[in-house]
Amino acid sequence: MTAVTATETVAATADIRKRGRLVFAATIIILCAWVLAPIYLLVVNALSSPDQVNAFPKSFVPGFETDSIAFFMGFAGVAKALFNSILVACITMALSIGLGAPAGYALSRFEFRGKGVFRIMVLMTRAFPLPLLALPLAVLFIRTGLDDTALGLALVHTTLALPFAVLITFSLFSGIPVELEEAAWTLGCTRVQAFRKVVLPLVLPGIAASAVFAFVISWNEVFAAAVLTIENRTLTAFLLQNLDVSPLHLKFAGGAVLVVPALIFIFAVRKYLFAMWGIANR
Amino acid sequence: MAEISIKQVAKQFGDFTALHSVDLTVADQEFMVLLGASGCGKTTLLRIIAGLETPTQGEVWIGGRRVDHLPPRQRGIAMVFQNYAVFPHLTVFENIAFGLRMKKLPQVEIDRRVTRTAELMHIGQLLKRYSGQLSGGQRQRVAVARALAMEPDVILMDEPLSNLDALLRLEMRAELKGVLAESKTTTIYVTHDQVEAMSLADRIAVMDKGLIVQAERPIEVYRNPAARFVGSFIGNPPMNFLPARKADNGAWRVAGVTFEGPKAEREEIAFAIRPEDLSHAESGLPAEVRVVEPLGPHVLVTCDVEGHLFRAVLESDIVLSRGDTVKLAPTPDRIRWFDPETEQSLQPH
Repeated sequence: MTAVTATETVAATADIRKRGRLVFAATIIILCAWVLAPIYLLVVNALSSPDQVNAFPKSFVPGFETDSIAFFMGFAGVAKALFNSILVACITMALSIGLGAPAGYALSRFEFRGKGVFRIMVLMTRAFPLPLLALPLAVLFIRTGLDDTALGLALVHTTLALPFAVLITFSLFSGIPVELEEAAWTLGCTRVQAFRKVVLPLVLPGIAASAVFAFVISWNEVFAAAVLTIENRTLTAFLLQNLDVSPLHLKFAGGAVLVVPALIFIFAVRKYLFAMWGIANR
Repeated sequence: MAEISIKQVAKQFGDFTALHSVDLTVADQEFMVLLGASGCGKTTLLRIIAGLETPTQGEVWIGGRRVDHLPPRQRGIAMVFQNYAVFPHLTVFENIAFGLRMKKLPQVEIDRRVTRTAELMHIGQLLKRYSGQLSGGQRQRVAVARALAMEPDVILMDEPLSNLDALLRLEMRAELKGVLAESKTTTIYVTHDQVEAMSLADRIAVMDKGLIVQAERPIEVYRNPAARFVGSFIGNPPMNFLPARKADNGAWRVAGVTFEGPKAEREEIAFAIRPEDLSHAESGLPAEVRVVEPLGPHVLVTCDVEGHLFRAVLESDIVLSRGDTVKLAPTPDRIRWFDPETEQSLQPH
């Protein structure tokens, strides 16, 4: 009697486990499709000729035509917007690392009052809605003459990228045993020398990754870019302004030009983004 | 020449007092071991000497120079860390040469010193490797070689062997002792392993709760513990303690047996004896056998004497079983006495 119930229970558990695995797999597939399908369609259509894009039914294999992309790149203002995007992203990158890395180092190495609060606050800045800030910022920028400049926009983008820069570098520095620095001090280094000769070589790849991430945040940002620039539009703002009146194939080409570099960059530095959340702490 | 003296050094971390006013003098070329349980302040004291921690009060002198305001690099010390702290981005050669390059020594001298210390630590064939390609024991050798290459006045070691496996630890222990004796530096070595302390030290400073309880030659620390803590911490198995009540003529009664003892203005003091200083005899302390553990050369017998745990190390040919009552006679000149309140030794030194 008990034996029978036991077998039944085992069978039932196995059954539940099997279904659980099925649900798990299905969830993963849906999530992946959610992200990958639009990107795939974007790329397919960007690489197809205008006729193929407008044809029906749609083809799921790209025509490998570069007409759309080429036309898009030749479109008046695109080159300048692209340049602006890169310029703003580079300034953002420099500022976020320049300010974020020291903060990350301090968080990982020193005990100070309000450290926990500071960490939370860093994260909280991300919860503050940008649209709320945009108008006062625009007014302030016009008064100080920062409006419609790469530097002004980069400052706003830095506030967006800085929390990530702080948290990523914090986790990087925490991964380096403090004894390595102490050993360097006992071997004749000042604090600065120990940092330069021991810590810096070890964190450099991670710092680079964090910089790339800051670059991508700026590259992708559209709201502040649209509000704070007029003449010196970045690519995102430029596309937002122009593309809704453009033909379909141009929209796809513009989208691909925006998305693909960002994707490649993020893919290259994914290891360090995981480290930020402590998933892979190395 | 580097004598180290520590004068009334204290350290507080917030409300926690890690060190209460410690005084210690380490002679030139002496091998001093700081021994204590974890949290007793031994590592804090070492880090204060190294300059990695600032004392809340007190002075640190190395080689006649007051150093407590100086950064580590200006103290003439080298340090070996528990987790080795070998720089992972540099080869073994560059690790050992690191401090020498900071001193801006000529390349010829760097080559000479790296080769010499690497040979000394038997890692000459590993110079081109990175720390990721080394075993724990090899990393520790690199760390020691890196410290020795500096030719420092003082070498500080923070539990350098505790991350190695038992066999390797034994091997490295003997090697370290030889190498350090040859290098003629003053050494301060932190450990919680009493065997390591006994085997390496010229003197052992036993620490407890942020204080140095006793700093003497290993055999003194073992034979004549200055405090009850020392007796119960050092020795495996540790010292036995029994209460002793005052009897007539300045004698003391322990478990119904009378012993000559010190003069003390107390009704009760503590009687102490090491397990190996007991023998099976016609008369002695009555002990009921609880556990018998034959260990080869001798037998460890755990007994009960008037409700107190009592261990004896006896001849291996003795036949005992659980429940037997035996008489254990202490060797008279090995008996020690402690004040039950101050826990200090009542032995006239």
